[in-house]
Amino acid sequence: MSDLVCENLSMTFANPQTGVKIEALKDINFSLKRGELLSVLGPSGCGKTTLLNMIAGFLNPTAGKMSLGGNLIEGPGVERGMVFQQGALFEWLTVSKNVDFGLRMKKTPESESNQLVEKWLDIVGLQGFGDTPTYQLSGGMQQRVALARCLVNGPDVILMDEPLGALDALTREKMQSLILKLWKETGKTIIIITHSVEEALLLGERLFVMAPRPGRIHKEYNLPFAGKGLTKSLRDIKHEGYFGEVREEILTMIWDMEEEIMGGV
Amino acid sequence: MFSWLSEERASIAAVIIVTLLLCLVISIVIGLKQTAYRAKDEVFGDPERTLGGWYWTLTGISSILLLWFYFSWGMARAFFPETGNELCQAAKIDTAIAPITAALPINSRYFKSTTLTRRNLEQLEILEKNLPVDVYDKAEQEKLFRIILQSKQIIEIFSNPKNQSSDSIRAFKTIQDGFRELSKTLGFGYKGLIPDPEALAQPKWGTDLTEIPLLPTTPRGVLLDKTSQDAKLLTKLFLKTRNNSAAADALIKTTKEMINNIKESNEASDFEEEILSKRFAYVKAVERIFRRLDDGTIFPPSALDNLSNSVNDFFLAITETRGSLNIVDRIFVPGDGVVKSKTQCTEQGSGRWLPKPTDVIATFLKLANPDIEGGGGYKGSTLLWWKWIQIADILAFFIPDSLIDLFPGDYGRHSETGVFQPNFKDKALALAQGDIYLGAVPMLDGHIWDSLFRVIVALALGIGLGVPLGIYMGISRFFKSFFDPIIELYRPVPPLAWAPLVLTIFGIQDDGKIFLLFMVAFAIMVISARTGASGTQLSKIRASHSLGASDRQILRYVILPNAMPEILTGIRISIGVCWGTLVAAEMLAGTTGIGFIENVARVVSNYELIWVTILIMGLLGLAFDILMRWAIVKTIPWRGKG
Repeated sequence: MSDLVCENLSMTFANPQTGVKIEALKDINFSLKRGELLSVLGPSGCGKTTLLNMIAGFLNPTAGKMSLGGNLIEGPGVERGMVFQQGALFEWLTVSKNVDFGLRMKKTPESESNQLVEKWLDIVGLQGFGDTPTYQLSGGMQQRVALARCLVNGPDVILMDEPLGALDALTREKMQSLILKLWKETGKTIIIITHSVEEALLLGERLFVMAPRPGRIHKEYNLPFAGKGLTKSLRDIKHEGYFGEVREEILTMIWDMEEEIMGGV
Repeated sequence: MFSWLSEERASIAAVIIVTLLLCLVISIVIGLKQTAYRAKDEVFGDPERTLGGWYWTLTGISSILLLWFYFSWGMARAFFPETGNELCQAAKIDTAIAPITAALPINSRYFKSTTLTRRNLEQLEILEKNLPVDVYDKAEQEKLFRIILQSKQIIEIFSNPKNQSSDSIRAFKTIQDGFRELSKTLGFGYKGLIPDPEALAQPKWGTDLTEIPLLPTTPRGVLLDKTSQDAKLLTKLFLKTRNNSAAADALIKTTKEMINNIKESNEASDFEEEILSKRFAYVKAVERIFRRLDDGTIFPPSALDNLSNSVNDFFLAITETRGSLNIVDRIFVPGDGVVKSKTQCTEQGSGRWLPKPTDVIATFLKLANPDIEGGGGYKGSTLLWWKWIQIADILAFFIPDSLIDLFPGDYGRHSETGVFQPNFKDKALALAQGDIYLGAVPMLDGHIWDSLFRVIVALALGIGLGVPLGIYMGISRFFKSFFDPIIELYRPVPPLAWAPLVLTIFGIQDDGKIFLLFMVAFAIMVISARTGASGTQLSKIRASHSLGASDRQILRYVILPNAMPEILTGIRISIGVCWGTLVAAEMLAGTTGIGFIENVARVVSNYELIWVTILIMGLLGLAFDILMRWAIVKTIPWRGKG
């Protein structure tokens, strides 16, 4: 019963000065089973981040409803963890204090929380960095901290808003493997938003390509690559023929959408 | 030890100056080498250069200290310690013959007689033209014209060589010969002259309130001093000399009678107020000019020629005698030299308003001496020391007497046997009034502490109230909009503009000043805390919501630490502004504090004290800033790195 269900989600933003209304999202319907990994692609302005913020509870939809495991989503909650593009770490805290943040807010006993923090730092590959200030970490390491900080609270769903967008190619690939590993080991439901078609294909068990004006789900794919990624090298997967075909198809799709937007000017 | 340091300050300064010169030369050499060495790997505009180099810092510090020594005559005193005394003796001569030089074209362009003649004739012309015909009748007008005419004639008689009094001719000859004699004596030199033991026992230059010792301490000084005393006699004779001839006397007598005549008729008359005042004014103006003429100080044009020459020769002889002193005076004594007034010799120009570095240190040490009876401290308070304060007094400060009134029961009364046995309520009242002994704690004391205390209390209040309000203004529409107008309206007013009002309401002692500083600190703290709180990244807020933090937890664990850099910067600014405002407020009113000392020093023109207070304020301000910078690095190492 840990399904994430979205029914007829719509979101309209009104500019308070001009009164012009923009339909950021219209009639989004989907449901995600527990342990599914969904990646979302789309041209800029198609409402990807808006969708994620709504699921996280930061925004209220103008119409429709969302539920997680049968409970209506009405605001932010620990069961939906969020990982931001820039980490959004608390730079005044050390690595372990950052990871510990959620536990501290719940007033978890120190002995218990220390153990949990150690465990998750180990899993994301940051053993020994507990006392480092976060501002001394590289971008990739900061994202690892953000992942651990989110996972230590035991969320049902992990929402990632372009988590690897600011990383260099090599670090990115390592982080992609890490995300797949975490997905496999924890069996969490994950939604990941990305700008990179390759990343979406590699990570997404399911993939939504969204279209703008109004934001909607344009096409849905079910992909085999995420499963393979657990055992095979990600670089090898990229060279598979089917991977290339889908990538070209989606690139063309998004290209056309962008053309359409530009052509309208 | 201390008195030895004080006595030997000239030699100490000499050592310091030589050291500084060495530092200057060495640092410049190192600096130039470093510049040449780095020229290869640093292009123009390289920000690396803003890191500076210790050698140029050393050059800067030595230069400024050397300039200070130079312009304060510190170098003159260090290497030529007798300069002040000898210049003083030379100044004595200038003062002694000042009336004679004033009559001659020395330091001026005209003989005094020429100036007097010219000015008086000009003014007589003007009076003649402006005779008020409407307030004086015909006969009186005639008389006034006559007075003016006779005044002119007096000048004419004085100026005529034929009429010059024989007394004055003789006197000028005597004075002239006197100067020739003095020049001759000066020419013999000062070999064999010995200063008085009394003179040698005087405190050294600058070690005493008299600054420059008055009695001559060198053979040259003895000669100059002796000359000045002889010259004084010549001046006495010169001042007595008058150009009174029989012709002039007769004219002066009749003119005086006519003036008195007019004055009497004025006093006897019953004119209207307005006319009367005009009559008085005119006759007064006429009389003023007449009085300048009747004492016979105008002499014929060539009467003083010989005297003038002999005085010029005398000055040449003095210059000859001064010898090496002239060079020291010209090179090491910038400003207007030494001037002798009635009772003392004083330094003029930069030597006066810029005290020597060593003197400033000596004054500071005297001020810092905690032994008030032994001449330390200032105006009955130490600079910075400690004292015991009664714990009972501190408690009494916090417990209001009226609180005890609210206790149940009545205050005690005396019994029928005439004894007073205090009950519980009486004892509580004694506590509230500080009348019991509860032990004492050591506490800082003194002018510096008084100033610091005001800043610290005001700052604590400003931070304690300003930061919470600022944070709430950073996160709440209501707080922001409600308080913004109030704070933004009073903040831009310069703090000192509030001072007269605040000091009137809260008193000129601690209360008023603390409130004034509180106003300053509060506004700065509110604004910085607000900026810090409102600058929290949305993603951090959202992340903490997702991590299950409550609103209160977000405020405490996310928004507050996020605002810390701004808050600490605000504190740093507050300290600076508070310190500046406080010193100015202390100068306005009060009886303790650094600003108070400077204000008193200003009133009594004690330049050393003024500089000491300026240096104390500068150093304390610097110390605050270094402390805050250190605190910022220690407490918010993530600043600018988030």
